Amino acid sequence: MIEFDAASYSYTGGELLSEMSLTITPGAFYFITGPSGSGKTTFLKMCYGALLPNSGGLQIFGRDVRELTRDDIALIRRNIGVIHQDCQFLDHLSVTENIALPLSVSGQDRLSDNLNLKELLTWVGLKGRASALPPELSGGERQRAALARAVINSPELILADEPTGNVDWDMSQRLLQLLIELNKMGKTVLLASHDLSLIRLAKSQVQARVLRIANKRIQLAGADL
Amino acid sequence: MGSERQISGLFTRDTQRDRVVPPTGFTATLTLFTSAVMGFLVVFALALSLASSRLADHWSDALARSATLKISAPAEQLEQQVEKALAILNTTPGIEQATVLNLNDQRRLLEPWFGADVPIELLALPALIDIREEKKGFDSDNLRLRLVADVPGAVLDDHTRWRRPLVVAAERLSALGLFSILLMTGASAAMITLAARAAMSANAQVISVLRLIGAKDAYIAAAFVRRFSLRAFSGAAIGSLCGAVVFFFLTGAQDDLSILTGIGFQGLEWLWLFLIPPVFGGVALLATQRAAQKVLGMLS
Repeated sequence: MIEFDAASYSYTGGELLSEMSLTITPGAFYFITGPSGSGKTTFLKMCYGALLPNSGGLQIFGRDVRELTRDDIALIRRNIGVIHQDCQFLDHLSVTENIALPLSVSGQDRLSDNLNLKELLTWVGLKGRASALPPELSGGERQRAALARAVINSPELILADEPTGNVDWDMSQRLLQLLIELNKMGKTVLLASHDLSLIRLAKSQVQARVLRIANKRIQLAGADL
Repeated sequence: MGSERQISGLFTRDTQRDRVVPPTGFTATLTLFTSAVMGFLVVFALALSLASSRLADHWSDALARSATLKISAPAEQLEQQVEKALAILNTTPGIEQATVLNLNDQRRLLEPWFGADVPIELLALPALIDIREEKKGFDSDNLRLRLVADVPGAVLDDHTRWRRPLVVAAERLSALGLFSILLMTGASAAMITLAARAAMSANAQVISVLRLIGAKDAYIAAAFVRRFSLRAFSGAAIGSLCGAVVFFFLTGAQDDLSILTGIGFQGLEWLWLFLIPPVFGGVALLATQRAAQKVLGMLS
């Protein structure tokens, strides 16, 4: 699905990720963990083609990212659902419109024809907030709306960057349950988090692999997690 | 195939796509206002151009088919020379009619300079013969040669000397009007390009979100292009409608001032005004499309 081959990434300030080699396999649940500033977000951005490695190779869905045009990357992203910590909504559109945006972007059914939208809103617990604007939502509601938007196109891969960073423990558990459900449906999930309790909770319910980023390198974490 | 879909996407209405860009902002007002003002000015430039073109045709046509023969001779010979001249003119191929101007006609000609009461019969004025040509015209060089021999005091004026500069001036005025239209359209395109770029830069966050969920450049560009094209179209429609109303009442109220009211539209010429909004919409479409490609390239 995604293959890093000795891929490195440097900002102008210096190297952040060094010679990463790993393969993200379909259907797996991954946690990416590491201290703040270790490169978790950068790693996820590389996974959806927003950043390119400075050296080494990176293939997404079997295609070399360096050979992709902007439109190619756009097509690839339709198969990847991304959830950011800050959610990134269009604040002038309602929750429903934001969630349905990937459908419009990919030229699929219009909002009114999409029968799954109501089910999706119910699934993430936002049925009563369908017409609200994003600034009117709480942190947890925003994350759930972002999750709904990420999965509306039924992508193969879901990338979540610290989705529980701004919500309380109950809401973190609820979001985790939604991601676990998606994984059980066959979706590959990459969840960046520094919350070890959440990781332990997930590992008790699903076979999760934990990738730890430390000293510019990424490695499979041991049994201590 | 891809570009065809991209272009057809601009004309198909996608409610969701059309709403992804926040509707407010100074660029919306700027585009609408600029297009309205330019549309209004284009109506004036178009009216000037059409009127000048009409004037050039009119002068060219009206004066081309007339000439004047002036005969200066001592009083006792004048009548005889006029008769000889008439005889020559009447047998010249291409001349439809030759009429000697009588005292009343001459008085009317001189009235603007000397007033109505001038005793014209006491003045030693040359005789004037008004010549009306047939459509094919006459050979003026040949006629001059014949007149030199029989009517030594005759001078033929076929109006070429002063007709040509007038026609050229009118044609230049017409070209100037068209050039002004081009300048206004170009200025509008530049203004709309700036507005579109400003709008896209101000909405970098929107573009970032759209890219995150897999929007292609064509989709993002179309959201801006459609909006700017419609604004330019609407602005130009408002401006040209205002211009049309002004000209309608201007020409209607002052029928007697033929030169001033000549600047306007006649008959089917009014149909030209319907072209202004689509042209502005088209120009905005191209300008915004180009600006969008550039900005999207920079934001990647």
